[in-house]
Amino acid sequence: MGLKLYGIPVSTNTTRALVCLHEKGVDFELVPVNLFGGENRQPSFLAKNPFGLIPVLEDGDFTIFESRAITSYVAEKFKETGPDLIRHQNPKEAALVKVWIEVESQNFQPAISPIVYQSLVAPLLGNTPDQAVIDTNLEKLGKVLDVYESKLSSTKYLAGDFFSLADLHNFPYIFYFMKTPWASLVNDRPHVKAWWEDISSRSAFKKVAEGMTFGEKK
Amino acid sequence: MVVKVYGTVRSACVQRVLACLLEKEVDFDVVHVDLEAGEQKRPEFLVLQPFGQVPAIEDGYLKLYESRAIIKYYAAKYADHGPNLLGSSLEERALVDQWLEVEAHNFNDLVYTLVLQLVILPRMGKPGDLALAHSCEQKLETVLDVYEQRLSKSSYLAGETFSLADLSHLPGIRYLMNEAKMGNLVTERKNVNAWWEDISNRPAWKKLMQLAGH
Repeated sequence: MGLKLYGIPVSTNTTRALVCLHEKGVDFELVPVNLFGGENRQPSFLAKNPFGLIPVLEDGDFTIFESRAITSYVAEKFKETGPDLIRHQNPKEAALVKVWIEVESQNFQPAISPIVYQSLVAPLLGNTPDQAVIDTNLEKLGKVLDVYESKLSSTKYLAGDFFSLADLHNFPYIFYFMKTPWASLVNDRPHVKAWWEDISSRSAFKKVAEGMTFGEKK
Repeated sequence: MVVKVYGTVRSACVQRVLACLLEKEVDFDVVHVDLEAGEQKRPEFLVLQPFGQVPAIEDGYLKLYESRAIIKYYAAKYADHGPNLLGSSLEERALVDQWLEVEAHNFNDLVYTLVLQLVILPRMGKPGDLALAHSCEQKLETVLDVYEQRLSKSSYLAGETFSLADLSHLPGIRYLMNEAKMGNLVTERKNVNAWWEDISNRPAWKKLMQLAGH
């Protein structure tokens, strides 16, 4: 029985897991979840994730949720194949990967996600973007990206001179952020820009990006 | 070699790290950072932690920050010493990661905002946003209902043994029950309450409480 990932191709958290699966070249099935129909609130889905959130990974009879726990599991289970996303043979490198995974989780996401939400999601729900929320978070995001710029001027990727989960986890929100009017926050920082162009040109990222059509008119 | 932990013993994120080091019986020194004076934003500190936050650790040549990364490192480094905080099999480790993510993304923000609005801002002489606090409280009730259900099936969040996932909750729940005076959120839930009683009575946590003067 293969891996099943429950989620949708436009979701940031689902795509975080999707990129990891593609990087590892692992066979899996993407099982769509009808969020607009409230499928994630039905008992059958709550049995998989009691928080009613996507994505969820099923590996045989083992079920796990939270995208960053899923990527850790996949990166560890398939550590001998494909790129080494967790530096499993070097404890100090592995620790630095974990530091920058937490940086994305604790410092980066809280600043970037309200901007993406206000710019791309709110209008689709018929709401005017809250500029005060955007402005506050642009300032926070700028400071975080200053730290990224400084780090990336001394190492090629966030945790060192090697691509890792720490870089991968940033992909979904930056992808959507580049569609907002504030892409200059990335483009005006030369090392962040070069890093973004590098990681977003990886074939796993390009494959997943094809499905990230949120907000686009067909 | 003694691990240097930069921060204060009263900071929740520092306590997360100290609880882990105490569980693993790793010697440490707390190097005091004067948060009220803004020491963590000064250039000398930013070299250690570029986001200007505590904790940061120095262990010989290794420097790390982000409390959840630090505890994962020490739980792995001393996997064979003291309680196994990580899980044994790949699946057990994944469940520990899962519930650590739940703490970070579903639990922590709500507790942080509640404590900020109800305790920290008033202490600084500023008005707290009571509507925001109330909204967080309602969301936290829903989250703790999930914990209640989970803890009816297993003794600890990730399974039958205490792990980093449980440990990570200790500082936040302590603030919730003490300074924020929202202990009812825990005590009204039979399984959550039993779990809290268990984890907060561990010798390592009680030692930390003494150190912190709580």
